[in-house]
Amino acid sequence: MKKNIIIVLLSIFTGFVFATDTIGETKEFFVPPPAYPERVFPCTRCHDNVPIKVQERILTMNHADIVFDHAEEQRWCLDCHDAKNRNKLKMINGNKIDFDGSYNLCGQCHGTIFRDWKQGVHGKRIGMWNGKKLNRLCINCHNPHQPAFKPLEPQDRPLKPLEANLTPKKKAGINDQERK
Amino acid sequence: MTKKENNEPGKAMIDRRLFLKSTALGLAGTALPLKKARASIWNSFFQEHFSEMDDGEIKKVLERLEQENQKKYGRNIDIRADKPIEGVKFAYALDLSRCVGCRKCVYACVSENNQSRNPQIHWISVLKFKKDDKWIDLENADRYYDPNLVPEDDSFYMPVQCQQCEDPPCVKVCPTQATWKEKDGIIVVDYNWCIGCRYCMAACPYGARHFNWSKPGIPKDEINPNTHYLGNRPRYKGVVEKCTFCVQRTRVGKYPACVEVCPVGARKFGDLLDPDSEIRYIIENKRVFRLKEDLNTIPKFYYFFAT
Ligand code: HEC
Ligand code: HEC
Ligand code: HEC
Ligand code: HEC
Repeated sequence: MKKNIIIVLLSIFTGFVFATDTIGETKEFFVPPPAYPERVFPCTRCHDNVPIKVQERILTMNHADIVFDHAEEQRWCLDCHDAKNRNKLKMINGNKIDFDGSYNLCGQCHGTIFRDWKQGVHGKRIGMWNGKKLNRLCINCHNPHQPAFKPLEPQDRPLKPLEANLTPKKKAGINDQERK
Repeated sequence: MTKKENNEPGKAMIDRRLFLKSTALGLAGTALPLKKARASIWNSFFQEHFSEMDDGEIKKVLERLEQENQKKYGRNIDIRADKPIEGVKFAYALDLSRCVGCRKCVYACVSENNQSRNPQIHWISVLKFKKDDKWIDLENADRYYDPNLVPEDDSFYMPVQCQQCEDPPCVKVCPTQATWKEKDGIIVVDYNWCIGCRYCMAACPYGARHFNWSKPGIPKDEINPNTHYLGNRPRYKGVVEKCTFCVQRTRVGKYPACVEVCPVGARKFGDLLDPDSEIRYIIENKRVFRLKEDLNTIPKFYYFFAT
């Protein structure tokens, strides 16, 4: 989560990518750039030299950190990643798309959610309620390989009435953080 | 009773009431803060109702308050009075199928809106319900849940704040017209008119109004200096305050702070009169409900389950 927020913040200074909806209407979405770690891009840096293996297996030479838990029984990496050009994602119909349009990839299987997302109902938009909005990408909230939303630490519960009364008067002005 | 210099406009208001009362008794002279009265007290004493002031008068009031705050807090706090945007009515929607109960909204609201840290005031309360609870029972819900991680199994969470009713019971009971509904639909409080009688708190079915029992305690460097007269400017002891959908932000096109901070995107905001707004999409395409609909307060705060 934290990483994603930082990336979104960064993108405010680096300018945004306009990505287009490749299925259905050609509405433009204002989205932050993709969130993969920089060290892995461009993927072709290695993959132009790594022989393509299509069989499912445990990856050991690289990407060992990727835990694949996303309908993994029916699927393998190369259903989403283009085998020949690793800088691209692959749609079910074989079309190649850029990473910044990854919501189109997800939208193929999660149609209802995708429709809501385009309306700003699933996921999140920031910006102006009466002007330009920035859609947060699916992958800002869901890791594509392990998409279940990660539990969060809740912030401090409110004080109970009695606890509030016990707060010494002279400490007024000190915030909750410092009081602990 | 007014021997000491009186800086709290809430008190000035009480003085004004006493003054009016005693004038009727022909005792006007004795009730007035005659001695060390500063011009500023006289001004707040005779300040007109917000809706009756013209732009020039409002400007003067804002300048006076900015000076007072400069003294009190030792820093500049900008107070604006942006008017409602013509033809806009604000509404809010909250997706209960996404909310995870993390309380990020609670604290984003506290710092954006200069709520007192000590004593603690929170405009947003997040209520936890067991999935098979009779969960509409707001009064008995758990607001003190404190696990290591949220969401917890079999639980769901419902944040509650001012519902910005179209027919607000709080407004009706105010004896001094210190609280009212603006053209864009939000209910505001003029802290310089509020006399702290707390009738509005008793009238609100949602527990959305909060009282400053003592002087608000906010560390100086945590004050948000971008404020609105009817919203997040610093409050006084003895006045009531509440959520305004962040009037200081929304009237210049921004989203409320709670919408921006929500990590799951459960909070939606927009213009009810704009058929293309996400709010209208939700009302037209999702099953929405409002709290305590039977009371006919007609909240502009919708809850829904996206899935
Ligand atoms: C540092 C070199 C390197 C980079 C950069 C890199 N990869 Fe790989 N990748 C490999 C190696 C080596 C393997 C084979 C791992 C194994 O067999 O254990 C691999 C395997 C894969 C596989 C598994 C399927 C296959 O072809 O074996 C996918 C999918 C993949 N990489 C995608 C990507 C994507 C997408 C990027 C860019 C975001 C990327 N890689 C960047 C080295 C790299
Ligand atoms: C459901 C489609 C899908 C599947 C299946 C999938 N990926 Fe990905 N992967 C993506 C998307 C989308 C991104 C881009 C994320 C972003 O933009 O931040 C990505 C990013 C990556 C990256 C770069 C970011 C990182 O985490 O290092 C690598 C490497 C990668 N995938 C490898 C793999 C491997 C290996 C597999 C198989 C074990 C795999 N992917 C399976 C959709 C998929
Ligand atoms: C080829 C079809 C397909 C694509 C493409 C796809 N998904 Fe899924 N997704 C599924 C299926 C099937 C499930 C249910 C099985 C499971 O949970 O593992 C699922 C489950 C999920 C879940 C729920 C996980 C949980 O445990 O609650 C999320 C979130 C999700 N996907 C997000 C995404 C995102 C984000 C993308 C794009 C990067 C994406 N999906 C792309 C088929 C797909
Ligand atoms: C702002 C964060 C955010 C964004 C952006 C986002 N989601 Fe989600 N998504 C969530 C949350 C939170 C849940 C609920 C998870 C839970 O209940 O544990 C969820 C649930 C889901 C589920 C599970 C099914 C369900 O209804 O609960 C799927 C599938 C899914 N999202 C797909 C997507 C896709 C596809 C996109 C992009 C088009 C996307 N999400 C964008 C936060 C997000």
